Amino acid sequence: MFGLQKKDTTLLLVVAALALFAPFLLNPFPEGSAMAQFNAGYPDLMQRFVIFGIFAVGFNILFGLTGYLSFGHAAFLGVGSYSAVWMFKLLGYNVIPGIILSVIVAGLFSVVIGYVSLRRSGIYFSILTLAFAQMSYNMAYSVLGNPTSNFNLTNGETGLQVYTSDPQILASAGAPDLPHLFGLTMRSSYQLELGSWLFTFNAGYYLCAVLLLVSFYVAIRIFRSPFGLMLRAVKSNQQRMNYTGLNTRPYTLAAFVISGMYAGLAGGLLSTMDPLAGAERMQWTASGEVVLMTILGGAGTLIGPVLGAGFIKYFENIFSKINEGVLHAWFGFLPDGLENGVIWVVEHFVGPGWHLTLGLLFMLVVTFLPGGLVEGGQKIAALLSRRKSKDTDNRATQSTPAE
Amino acid sequence: MGILEVKNVNKRFGGLQALGDVNLSVAENTVHAIIGPNGAGKSTLLNCLVGKLIPDTGSVMFDGQSVLGRSPYEINQMGISRVFQTPEIFGDLTVMENMMIPCFAKRDGAFELNALNSVGNQKDIIERAEHMLEDMNMADKRHMHAASMSRGDKRRLEIGMCLSQEPRLLLLDEPTAGMARADTNNTIDLLKQIKQERDITIAIIEHDMHVVFSLAERITVLAQGTPLVEDTPDKIKGHPKVREAYLGESA
Ligand SMILES: Nc1ncnc2c1ncn2[C@@H]1O[C@H](COP(=O)(O)OP(=O)(O)OP(=O)(O)O)[C@@H](O)[C@H]1O
Ligand SMILES: [Mg+2]
Repeated sequence: MFGLQKKDTTLLLVVAALALFAPFLLNPFPEGSAMAQFNAGYPDLMQRFVIFGIFAVGFNILFGLTGYLSFGHAAFLGVGSYSAVWMFKLLGYNVIPGIILSVIVAGLFSVVIGYVSLRRSGIYFSILTLAFAQMSYNMAYSVLGNPTSNFNLTNGETGLQVYTSDPQILASAGAPDLPHLFGLTMRSSYQLELGSWLFTFNAGYYLCAVLLLVSFYVAIRIFRSPFGLMLRAVKSNQQRMNYTGLNTRPYTLAAFVISGMYAGLAGGLLSTMDPLAGAERMQWTASGEVVLMTILGGAGTLIGPVLGAGFIKYFENIFSKINEGVLHAWFGFLPDGLENGVIWVVEHFVGPGWHLTLGLLFMLVVTFLPGGLVEGGQKIAALLSRRKSKDTDNRATQSTPAE
Repeated sequence: MGILEVKNVNKRFGGLQALGDVNLSVAENTVHAIIGPNGAGKSTLLNCLVGKLIPDTGSVMFDGQSVLGRSPYEINQMGISRVFQTPEIFGDLTVMENMMIPCFAKRDGAFELNALNSVGNQKDIIERAEHMLEDMNMADKRHMHAASMSRGDKRRLEIGMCLSQEPRLLLLDEPTAGMARADTNNTIDLLKQIKQERDITIAIIEHDMHVVFSLAERITVLAQGTPLVEDTPDKIKGHPKVREAYLGESA
């Protein structure tokens, strides 16, 4: 189907089903129960899952296939965000022009950065991309964002946002005063109450989810194409490629630009969900985050980056919300002295300490599962099927001893 | 005029004259061996032919066109393929994928943004690669990881990859170095068979005299960066200068 092999079609359909039913799947616990804080099925977080999923899927086309590790992809995310907000300011709140422009501008931007950075490989490439991204961050924060100058592209510290004085030349009279898709605002949600469960279906989330599916589909096509094969060849042996009559430079540049456009799309969607773009989106921590997502999920695999993005965003939003009060409620059954001791320990791993938990998990995964969460899944699947095939082997040898 | 004409090539590395006034002419459809003691400049000469090094002076013409100043991929597209001293293959990919890549390079040129077609649909490429694998006697290994094969098989694959591009000139840098006797003999047989089956010029650098005398029609002896003699294998065998160069090296 869709020009894909059976295995890939299945994968795409699974991702589609997960995206469609995410509001149910992510809200397994009833409202008001002690576990409810582990529910992730609220619009804001679900949007983040898919947006950063898009970001990581694109990053993986560069890093997973060619092995070029960019430490500056947040620059494209930021550029995409600013572009979308500019469209809201100039044309109006319909999200289509913003999303399109964010992809185009990020693409152009990545042609320039990629052209220069790809003259080097390995650590020098990474450092160059990092330098470019930090430069972009500083420019966005100060030089290009001085509110008193005539050339204020980014609105500096405050962040770029839409003011009532903005032209919005395409905005029709009755159009909502929020990002919308032909009148359907991104904030609009439908809530479904089933017993003590509450499920929220949000328009913005579903827009992002559709775009994630499209992005994922394109990524599968690229992975299976001759172009994808060449990118894997770049990672494997550039010398052999050159002496086989292949010019590696345009291959790596194309991969860089494609992944930059994915980042731009993700940035544009962030602004679409919340029309305020700040420079911090370009900071090196944001670039590092997408690296973590990709490696944690499984670089070079199709589904890995999506898993990694979900995993990290879940931690960031759920673990960081567990505070002392919550811990007291959990460990209240323990004797007082012990309770305080346990809480003192656990406290360092939750709330603002969630980074510590994530760091430890990352270390564990990289050490024991270099192929990321996907490798973990494969190992479990292999264990299960080995057990199963042992059974069938036994049966087979009994029935057909000749084999 | 030979298919490959090297004229007055000099190359210095700092104070070391690696190549001094090298003249070499390789005739079309012959096997031409370049021999010489360690450090004679054989690999340096080869690197000057494929764009890895640029000679300080002199000219290198392939089929009437200069190769100097071109990048390795351009020189390859002109029709020169190179086999390395240690096999250079795509270790992370399967044997079949390894074989398909040069087929793509031959069909689509140095760069082609073929991003939405599936590799599985490229019937002509698959057919060509499979054919080549059969020629190389490797069809049963097509799904193997290239890195997991024996050195002899890697060499065989690399030669096959080069041949699938139908090069006019095949350059081999010590193709049997570090190989067991059996693998060496296999490689000799393979090269003989290749030579018989197609119009191809082969230039080979080799230390193993058994290999050289089994294959070569012409031999150039290089010593300290300069060609000493060039002649047929029979004449080279008893040549006093050749003995001197090799004995002088070991003495
Ligand atoms: N890139 C380089 N930089 C400096 N010196 C070099 C370089 N490449 C080769 N040389 C020197 O040039 C001389 C010729 O080297 P070359 O590798 O061409 O010899 P060779 O004939 O291939 O020897 P071998 O039989 O050992 O492979 C040697 O003295 C070597 O040390
Ligand atoms: Mg050498």
